[in-house]
Amino acid sequence: MDDILLLEAIENYLSGKMGPEERAYFENLRKTTPEVDQMVVEHSMFLQQMDTYAAHRNLRHSLHEAHNRLVHTGEITEDPAFSTKAKVVQLWRKYKRVTTIAACVGGVIALVISVVVVMVSPAPNSAAVQALGRKVDNLARKTDIINSEVKKIPKIPSSVPATSDGSGFLVDTKGFIITNAHVVRGLSNAVVVNKNGEEFNAKIIASDEQLDLALLKIVDPEFRGVSSIPYSFKRTSADLGEQIYTLGYPRNTIVYNEGYLSARTGYDGDTLSYQMSVPANPGNSGGPVLNRNGEIIGILSTRQTQAVGVVFAVKTRALHRFIQEVKLADTTLARLKLPVSSSLRGKERTQQIKQLEDYVYQVKAF
Amino acid sequence: MKAEYNEQLLLKGLANNDSKAIETIYKENFNVVLALIINNNGTADDARDIFQEAMIALYEKAQTEHFVLTCKIQTYLYSVCRRLWLKKLHQNERFLYQVEGLAETVPVEEDLEEHERKNAEYAIMDRALSSLGEPCKSLLEAYYLQKKDMQQIATEFRYTNADNAKNQKYKCLMRLKKLFFAQFNIGE
Repeated sequence: MDDILLLEAIENYLSGKMGPEERAYFENLRKTTPEVDQMVVEHSMFLQQMDTYAAHRNLRHSLHEAHNRLVHTGEITEDPAFSTKAKVVQLWRKYKRVTTIAACVGGVIALVISVVVVMVSPAPNSAAVQALGRKVDNLARKTDIINSEVKKIPKIPSSVPATSDGSGFLVDTKGFIITNAHVVRGLSNAVVVNKNGEEFNAKIIASDEQLDLALLKIVDPEFRGVSSIPYSFKRTSADLGEQIYTLGYPRNTIVYNEGYLSARTGYDGDTLSYQMSVPANPGNSGGPVLNRNGEIIGILSTRQTQAVGVVFAVKTRALHRFIQEVKLADTTLARLKLPVSSSLRGKERTQQIKQLEDYVYQVKAF
Repeated sequence: MKAEYNEQLLLKGLANNDSKAIETIYKENFNVVLALIINNNGTADDARDIFQEAMIALYEKAQTEHFVLTCKIQTYLYSVCRRLWLKKLHQNERFLYQVEGLAETVPVEEDLEEHERKNAEYAIMDRALSSLGEPCKSLLEAYYLQKKDMQQIATEFRYTNADNAKNQKYKCLMRLKKLFFAQFNIGE
């Protein structure tokens, strides 16, 4: 009870509610009793704390009330749209860092995954790969060898002896070859051989016994055609005594011969042939006869057995007629066209031959 | 001159917890702060808390005897809010933000330190009062905060007489003081 009274006295003292006598007595008590003095100091401080605390609380309260009142009257707003910036910008600002971090994390994860994949995935066995590479190389080499062997296999069946031999030459870039009818007489298949010894299967498309001309076509997949034909076919008659030369295969190599035109008619007065004086052998049949300009004037056909060096050639006039007939008979050949311009004119003979020999073939029929 | 005089009046009003003055300051300054907070990742609620905190800081400053405000109220409040918001962002997200705003600012760090110290004291008192429990809390609040006299309290809290209430108040006060000083000493 004393303590209560004392506290009340202290409170009265601090708030100044004491009368002057009482106050003097109390101050005296403070001086004489240190405990009382200490209590006064402590309580004074405590009350001060209480007061500021109270003021603080009251202020908070009034602020809160003011806020609500002002929001209510609309003098301030809590609407975020009040902001001067657009919503998207706000969102971006808000989540900028989050986005950046997410992106970084994503990137790091991607890196880690790729590293893990590289580590975990089986390393390529380089020895095995090399061995495999060697195997493939070996196979390729073997295939090459086999291919070359295959090429060496003659397309002429060895069991069937070739019934006839002759020469021929290209008249069209697509592989049409002109030769003599007697070279392929009564036969269906032929093999043509170029100067390098490469053999191509050919089909006999047409032949004319009277004119002694036959048209073959190379049907071999290995044959690639030619870009152009260097020689042309002379339409007009050749002159007597004109220098001529021939290319042909009297044996398995191409042979060049030269001579002159000795008559405008052939054997027994045949006006579709020339008579020539040139060395020739049976294998020369079907070979081209050219003048010095590199124009084909005829197709070498037969030889008079009794006389040496007397040879007959079918005139190009007959060739033109033959081609015409063939085109009429078979419309699929409508596009067959004899070359019209010569690139051999004015060139030296050896140069002409060099260009020519690729287009002259040996014809073997069986 | 007039504006300055008005500001002085407003501050005096604020120091005396005058609701009209508070309302005027509130009205004139809140929107600026709201814009600042919202443009820097905050919400309207954040703005309210920060602004009220700044108002309290201004109040505390206005209550000191030799108080002179060297700048406009708006500049001061804006500076305090900016500082407080920066701090909050820093605490919340552990990032060093650059709070963007165009208005001029004045250095308020010292004032805020003082404000924080006081806030800590209030927090201690608040905690002590809260842990006191009823009816002690209400009793003491009625006497010390609302400054009601004992007779009034006795009737309100249904004590048979003022002495009884006084007795009860004494017990409560002793407990509160004990709680308060236990923490306050630690705090110091």
